[in-house]
Amino acid sequence: MPATAAVTTALLEKFPQVSARASLDHEAVNVPPAQTLAVLKALRDDFGFDLLTDVTAIDWAMGHSPRFTVVHHVFSTTNHRYVRVATDCADDLAPSAPSACGLWAAANWHERETFDMFGIRFEGHPDLRRILMWDEYPHFPLRKEFPLAGIETPLPDFEVSAETGAKLIAAPMMGGPFVASSGEINLTEAEPSAKDESWNEGREKPKAAEAADGLKG
Amino acid sequence: MSAEFSFPDAGAKTAVAEFETEKMSLSMGPSHPSTHGVLRLQLELDGEVVTKCDPVVGYLHRGDEKIAENMTYNQFVPYTDRLDYLAPLANNMAYAIAVEKLAKLEVPARCQAIRVLTAELARISAHLLGLGAFGIDTGAWTVFMYAFTEREKLYKLFEELTGARFTTSYSRIGGLQRDVPEGWTGRVDAFCDQFLPILEEILAMLTRNKIFMDRTVGVGAISKEDAVAYGLTGPNLRGSGVGLDLRKDRPYSGYEQYEFDVPVGTKGDSYDRYLVRGEEMRQSVRIIRQVVAKFPGGPWYATEAKRIFAPPKDKILTSMEELIQNFMIVTEGPQMPPGEVYFEAENPKGALGFFIVSKGGGVPWRLKIRAPSFCNLSILPKVCVGNMVSDVVSILGSLDFVMGECDR
Repeated sequence: MPATAAVTTALLEKFPQVSARASLDHEAVNVPPAQTLAVLKALRDDFGFDLLTDVTAIDWAMGHSPRFTVVHHVFSTTNHRYVRVATDCADDLAPSAPSACGLWAAANWHERETFDMFGIRFEGHPDLRRILMWDEYPHFPLRKEFPLAGIETPLPDFEVSAETGAKLIAAPMMGGPFVASSGEINLTEAEPSAKDESWNEGREKPKAAEAADGLKG
Repeated sequence: MSAEFSFPDAGAKTAVAEFETEKMSLSMGPSHPSTHGVLRLQLELDGEVVTKCDPVVGYLHRGDEKIAENMTYNQFVPYTDRLDYLAPLANNMAYAIAVEKLAKLEVPARCQAIRVLTAELARISAHLLGLGAFGIDTGAWTVFMYAFTEREKLYKLFEELTGARFTTSYSRIGGLQRDVPEGWTGRVDAFCDQFLPILEEILAMLTRNKIFMDRTVGVGAISKEDAVAYGLTGPNLRGSGVGLDLRKDRPYSGYEQYEFDVPVGTKGDSYDRYLVRGEEMRQSVRIIRQVVAKFPGGPWYATEAKRIFAPPKDKILTSMEELIQNFMIVTEGPQMPPGEVYFEAENPKGALGFFIVSKGGGVPWRLKIRAPSFCNLSILPKVCVGNMVSDVVSILGSLDFVMGECDR
């Protein structure tokens, strides 16, 4: 096994297309997508980086190309060092990256999360589903164009704009957990607590006497 | 299913096919007492044996990483409380160190010592809860009562130190919220004195308990190779016999000064994970005693970091320069150089990592939280298969996860 300080140097020798990446702490390399798996495999098998601690992505915002960078952090349980492997996704509109599931079982959930948050497709992933958001969710929330508060619209929900003054619709919940309505069902029928609409913020709750009158009538 | 016995006529023999077991689908959680929060397991069962397990996570997803991109570094500290909410002090510390690495800022020895002290107290508190809940999962209610009595004492100490029992928000970038109160370290030492015998009592209730051993020994065994391949960290990895502890192997915050042992398991089953946690609490007490014994004096925050750590309040109210300094830090956030850092701390649940991408200024461009519970749970589809449903409860208890951290 080569000296641990020279991981980057050794990688550069072995893979001419790999370049060193600016980093404030650990050794880091930039890898073209075609070689990501080969580099990760070399790191695991030849350099002893046996623990994949993290897979994530960075969105450099719209207009920046390459827009998405997938970042792997590998750790060696023997040398106790990290290496950061960064891969720029080729396509800015439909980004994809090679899946490391064949090398580490740990990659499975990390890549699902990255897909969920950024919409990056991992080629060769056995089961690329959303993991934190629900399957029907239409957005990729960690992309920079996704706003924190909600999505701007010319015709916002009246209650939201009256309350906040913002022209926003809240992020859609269709098919999400704890949501009874998925469009075709009427919410007041599906959700028992929403049934009584005789009083709300706009209309006062009937007084006890009136309620009693109502009973008599 | 093949039947050995013979039937009187051929017509009855075809009826055997009707006894073929049908797979049953069982949704365990998200509000099931043994799933410790809002984990949901979509189980496929053959009789009572699990044939497939598909964990469904994300019920507690709050978008912490998105929120972090929209606020200054110090404003995010309260959100770190809500990751592993059983050990907020340890999360606060891990986050603060990650940002300090970005700023290339060294905090004074006293600050480091206080952080180690609080992180170890948090570890005891988190392990006590894990142990108590594990006890309930396997049918031992008493352990929970003892453990929570001790946690209550710890909460009193936390409250005295930080002003909050649960969500402490104690660290700041480059320092702490405040110094330790007068005589507090003495009270921590006194807590350790009375805690050790009680810990022995708690562990004695489980370690050689016939029922507990039946429920845990040999259940949910994870091999060394699997544990590493699935990215397990913390007690779950050490239970499988990999002696990886970031406090020892990549010391931070002055952990290299303290003597402690890293317990490892041999078989990687639920019982080993329990034993590792029990021993870790003893080691935490050892560390705490050493910190208290050589508690350093001096400043408790980085005094020279004028664009990062706000000056003391009395100075802000009396001096112009400090007032401006405070104003800049509050409005624009602690100023960071551009760059990328990744820092992992050994938290009670495993390695809590923060990957920060900065473009300079007071707000991170990207902040990724590497949650140990998330990685630890990813092994469930492998480890649950072939076990009985009641063993799944034991496995979940022994993995000791927190959904606030898993879902972020």
